[in-house]
Amino acid sequence: MSADATQRAPQGRTLSAAPGSAGLARRAWPWLVAIVAALLLPWLFFDWSTHRHSGFALTMLSEIGLMAIFALSFNMQMGQAGLLSFGHAILFGLGGYCAAHTMNAVKAGAMWLPVELVPLVGGLGGLLFGVLFGYVATKQRATAFAMITMGLGELVAACALMFMGFFGGEGGISTDRVIGISLFGVSYSSSWQVYCLVVAWTAIAVLLMRLQTQTPLGRMANATRDNFERAQFVGYDPRMVRFCQFALSGFFAGIGGGLYAIVYEIVTFDTVAAAKSATALLAAYIGGAGGFFGPFLGTIVVVLLQSGVSLLSNAWLLYVGVLFIVMVMYAPGGLVGIIAQHAPIARAGRLRELIVPYVRILLPGAFSVFGFVLLVELASFTTIGAAQGKAFKIGPQAVDPATAFPWLLGAAALIGGGLWLRLEARGFRARWDALMADAKAKGVML
Amino acid sequence: MSNAISLRGVTKSFGRTEIIRGVDLDIPHGQRHAMIGPNGAGKTTLFNLISGRFSLTSGTIELNGRSIDGLAPHEINRLGLSRSFQITSIFPRLTVFENIRCGLLWARGYRYSFWHLLGGQRALNEEADRLIERLNLEDRRNVPAGLLSYAEQRALEVGITVAGGAEIILLDEPTAGMSHSETEYAVALIRAVTEGKTLLIVEHDMSVVFGLADVITVLVYGEVIASDVPARIRGDKAVQEAYLGTEAA
Repeated sequence: MSADATQRAPQGRTLSAAPGSAGLARRAWPWLVAIVAALLLPWLFFDWSTHRHSGFALTMLSEIGLMAIFALSFNMQMGQAGLLSFGHAILFGLGGYCAAHTMNAVKAGAMWLPVELVPLVGGLGGLLFGVLFGYVATKQRATAFAMITMGLGELVAACALMFMGFFGGEGGISTDRVIGISLFGVSYSSSWQVYCLVVAWTAIAVLLMRLQTQTPLGRMANATRDNFERAQFVGYDPRMVRFCQFALSGFFAGIGGGLYAIVYEIVTFDTVAAAKSATALLAAYIGGAGGFFGPFLGTIVVVLLQSGVSLLSNAWLLYVGVLFIVMVMYAPGGLVGIIAQHAPIARAGRLRELIVPYVRILLPGAFSVFGFVLLVELASFTTIGAAQGKAFKIGPQAVDPATAFPWLLGAAALIGGGLWLRLEARGFRARWDALMADAKAKGVML
Repeated sequence: MSNAISLRGVTKSFGRTEIIRGVDLDIPHGQRHAMIGPNGAGKTTLFNLISGRFSLTSGTIELNGRSIDGLAPHEINRLGLSRSFQITSIFPRLTVFENIRCGLLWARGYRYSFWHLLGGQRALNEEADRLIERLNLEDRRNVPAGLLSYAEQRALEVGITVAGGAEIILLDEPTAGMSHSETEYAVALIRAVTEGKTLLIVEHDMSVVFGLADVITVLVYGEVIASDVPARIRGDKAVQEAYLGTEAA
């Protein structure tokens, strides 16, 4: 099985083989599986007694879709071209404003456009502003680029509060997605219909972004990221490469913004703000900027924390922050990087031998996470939760946060779990190194 | 016949320090031209001037009779000049195959296209593979370039440099840091891939220089003290004093 895998691996990595129909089918099926899974997922939350979809689940899944487009478009700059932007949300948000205004114009009868094409308007808006801001920002690279994008982000955020006509001030621009024109005769009055539209556009945008990495521009973006001087001496103007990549990334960010306008029927100042830009950065780093699908994975994690954990805890943002720091410190390649590191061991056919070592580090890891969460929740309860008149519970057991017991329990779990983890980590590393050495000896590293 | 490279009164100063002090040099089409000189003579600086990496302080540089004054490096490259670097300069996270293909893209007219899928460009990919074969890197085709051995990276850089079919090739110490056998192999490779082209090479290894070059220019403290065929350079008193003598001692 391992020999089989090594023979296939190089072929999968090169793009030179012309895609025959068999190759196309083999490449298409993961996409089809993903789309079908995305369409089936809401039915897990379907309430059969009322015959209704869970609005919460649909909104969360829609958010994952549109934020994944946003995070992947961010990674077109960061991962592909080495351009770290701190203001990527302006392209997303401005796309959203364009889409909201367009829907209002259609609703008012001033123009004709089916709802299905509204995200495209968002994309064109994002492209327009991508060209405009890209012209300024891509004159520079590296740190100077990051600073310019940060400045542009603040500039647009300030404009959003100043120019009422376009941005609607703090209240934002409200809109109505039920504009009565549809290519398929769908009203989009239900969340389910909207979700299907989100899935369709996410699939289109992700596929196009994926294909873009295999074009001359996409490759030269990688090349200028790696070595901009060398790129100059093969005939490419690195600035032009950055500019085109930036503008295209604006197009996709704008599609995400357009979907946002459709899903939430309001576009506010938040969509262009620095916090939104940070979300893309978080998703890209947590998922892994190195692989194409890393930011998608990261988006799922971030949105689940955002939507799911925020219901349970006031401190969800703190958890996202801690996760981000832990990932940057211990797994700079993100989740995708962690998975990829296992590939040589898997090819050597010895992945199974990691199960026990993993259990042995995850157990103390869970202890320290439990301790940490308990301490954070106690602290947040004494400042916010108590004022909301809630009771503090560990499992079914009500606990009084004013006593020492829960605090000592949390500290003990955190410190004890941490020390235990250190102990187990040594054994894990030894096991890991041995397996990697074996993979190297078998010649299945690449 | 016009010259491939023509320098007239070229000077370059960094602040008050004059590194290149009035260089005149003509390199005809198809010549293999080596530039030698002690460390700090300004060989690499001259390379950087010709390839547009630095701007001139005064004088003119012409490629095929066209002044390159004010042109950016990528514009000079498009005039048909390609160069390598003293410190290996490749795309480390891209595979060997993609490194070579990036060297081909502009020359084959793909420009900034985002509507061609590279996987389907059969002629382009075959051309890249042919060059990889000539570089003897077929086994390393799908390995990220950053993981290659030093000698392999140098060979790859020569490959990227010649890939686009530039008519004028500048190589900056292509064999620096190589073992004897690696150097021999590299020289054979350079000879093969620059066949019929104009070559300007900076090199410290005298066996390489005298084996490869049609004409040798000796640069000392930013000035050309001799420029002639290898046999006469060997016998030149000034050169022996300024350079070869100290090297031999």
